[in-house]
Amino acid sequence: MTEQKGVNPELAGRVYPAGDAYSVGREKIREFARAVKATHPAHYDVEAARELGYKDLVAPPTFAIIVAQRADAQLIEDPEAGIDFSRVVHADQRFVHHRPIVAGDDLVAELHVDQVRSMGGGAMITTRAEISTAEGEGIATTTSSILVRGEGQ
Amino acid sequence: MTVALNELSVGQEIGTAAIDVSRADLVRYAGASGDFNPIHWNGRFAEQVGLPGVIAHGMFTMGAAVQVVTDWIGNPGAVVDYQTRFTKPVVVEDIDGPGATIEVTGVIGAVDEANSTVRVDLTVMSAGQKVLVKAQAVVRAW
Repeated sequence: MTEQKGVNPELAGRVYPAGDAYSVGREKIREFARAVKATHPAHYDVEAARELGYKDLVAPPTFAIIVAQRADAQLIEDPEAGIDFSRVVHADQRFVHHRPIVAGDDLVAELHVDQVRSMGGGAMITTRAEISTAEGEGIATTTSSILVRGEGQ
Repeated sequence: MTVALNELSVGQEIGTAAIDVSRADLVRYAGASGDFNPIHWNGRFAEQVGLPGVIAHGMFTMGAAVQVVTDWIGNPGAVVDYQTRFTKPVVVEDIDGPGATIEVTGVIGAVDEANSTVRVDLTVMSAGQKVLVKAQAVVRAW
């Protein structure tokens, strides 16, 4: 392991392979929906979700952040990345859904480091998580930029 | 619900919401999302790293703001694309009851009849400041 001060500029292009599958459960969808104050019955009531044509409870539109941030953790905890998590600020976020996430899905995420830009003494890192089912069906593409503040920023 | 695309016009308001946020809401979101960064619950820590106080998770604000869109379209699975930039922190005071309020307004930003999609642009304010910028949700109108 190399001692690294500050964000490693050579991270761009790195790919972290999908780890263990994340199993989307009904109670997690309900818990997350309550936490973002989402009230639609399709998050809570299986019959209401089925009436809309889904096979089970539908996750709220930002639920994929759970899977994406688990993938991001591989990068943030990578000692070669040089990221001090206490200096991380979330700068932007995007979710592109190929189909809604429903209870019963087993999801995996492959993490791509798309860009690293130095910003003063810190760095802006853009990552992309390609989320699919364990069988390979594309579910969502999430992109996120984090600013790692430098000293005095 | 189905939305008649030819009856929508750019700039038309689709809904508003005022979302109260308490410290308890941030603890709940931390647990539900797995994001336990102490800046969202520990005032001492937040101030040590140069913040004005405990701030809401950007993802809490993003997740709560989209409710005006799902209420309007009537189907949370219709949101096919949702993005934002986080520009100002939502500082949540340590008081009994809500320590901040997030005000959301949604207007039609674009209508794409060929693809049967509508872009909703969200204005998201707290304490008189825009906390999200370029907050846009694209919904599929079946």
